[in-house]
Amino acid sequence: MSTVLIDYDSGNLHSAEKAFQRMAAETGAGKVVVTADPDTVARADRIVLPGDGAFPACRRGLQAIDGLEEAIVEAVEARGIPFLGICVGMQMLTTWGREYEDVRGFGWIPGEVTRITPDDPSLKVPHMGWNDLVIDSVHPVLAGIETGDHAYFVHSYAMRVTEPAHLLAHADYGGPVTAIVGTRNVVGTQFHPEKSQRAGLRLIANFLGWRP
Amino acid sequence: MLKTRIIPCLDVADGRVVKGVNFVDLVDAGDPVEQAQAYDAAGADELCFLDIHATHENRGTMYDLATRTAEQCFMPLTIGGGVRTVEDVRNLLLAGADKVSFNSAAVADPDVVARAADKFGSQCIVVAIDAKTVAPGKWEIFTHGGRRPTGIDAVAFAKTVVTKGAGEILLTSMDRDGTKQGFNIPLTRAIADAVPVPVIASGGVGTLDHLVEGVTEGHASAVLAASIFHFGTYSIAEAKAHMAAAGIPVRLN
Repeated sequence: MSTVLIDYDSGNLHSAEKAFQRMAAETGAGKVVVTADPDTVARADRIVLPGDGAFPACRRGLQAIDGLEEAIVEAVEARGIPFLGICVGMQMLTTWGREYEDVRGFGWIPGEVTRITPDDPSLKVPHMGWNDLVIDSVHPVLAGIETGDHAYFVHSYAMRVTEPAHLLAHADYGGPVTAIVGTRNVVGTQFHPEKSQRAGLRLIANFLGWRP
Repeated sequence: MLKTRIIPCLDVADGRVVKGVNFVDLVDAGDPVEQAQAYDAAGADELCFLDIHATHENRGTMYDLATRTAEQCFMPLTIGGGVRTVEDVRNLLLAGADKVSFNSAAVADPDVVARAADKFGSQCIVVAIDAKTVAPGKWEIFTHGGRRPTGIDAVAFAKTVVTKGAGEILLTSMDRDGTKQGFNIPLTRAIADAVPVPVIASGGVGTLDHLVEGVTEGHASAVLAASIFHFGTYSIAEAKAHMAAAGIPVRLN
């Protein structure tokens, strides 16, 4: 079994690597590899796509590595292996990113990514810090995680899903903010599970044991 | 609902804690990683390491510290002190920091904030502002540990660095730091109300009511303290309970 964390020069993968390695060791989920190599991705049993910064920059960063995006799409669509997107890596699951410019995502979860506009003008953007989750759908990746558990968010844009069934959890920040999405073998978290202490580590462990 | 963050700050020199927890049994009280784990277990919302003797020669110790902390603590970590260039930011992020804080380098050249934010995103770029009251309702930036005046207005500077891409402001009132008299509330509120990004209030916390005031009157999104936690005057849990009782949302699980 191997889990790959895709490294396309988008921010700090160190804490994600350490969190996945720790939970993989605890759950016997095999090795965790940080890579940008399409051949390694093509052979992976699980894929984690992190992402920090702006949607267009992340999208181009992925596309700049020859064969990487094709390997991801093949793994997810043809082989059906479990895929987890984190932060902008989650946002890229949707159809359109609308940060600075309109950029297409993978389109696995229909919707778009738009700027957060809290209905309370005193609320700051970015939405930064610990917010409590409201679980909207039962899902194996959410086992042991309940409404009221906290997760660590840092983002100025958020996903709006077209299909309510794809929304697994949200947080409230002057209106609902999409926190976890999922469909078939694909899940994504807007927050950083590798920074979210208990609930985050639990979600990582769940993902490593998930057989969609 | 988003929770108000409580952030303990550890002063570090040459990879060792010079002001930190001394109320719990630690095998090596000078080891920042052990201290970080203690705060992690205690429910701190983030951690901040401040390299107080940062020099070019000892940068490696801070990278090593970030790496070891990130292996043990799955919570957000900010590192500041001696950060001058985009390359410094890159090295700290790669080592394991989640956010990196500019201080005097941003005063000397605010565009370094823009270069770092363009490269790594605003979410990981903090600007630490050290300010002193120079007249009623007027605050000036001071550098070099509060000794050197710059003539720069703190509120205008905060707006400038946010325009450049700072994702958060760590605001220390130099006339309150170490006094235990409470945050400089007018300063904190002036800056928190002037910028759209979160402001962390710092400097002067002596009681739990001071933490509450920083949020309710200072409009801060987070509160940073060192001494009251390090010396065991109050625990993180007591601070959170006190803030919750005052109606401030905090993370209790």
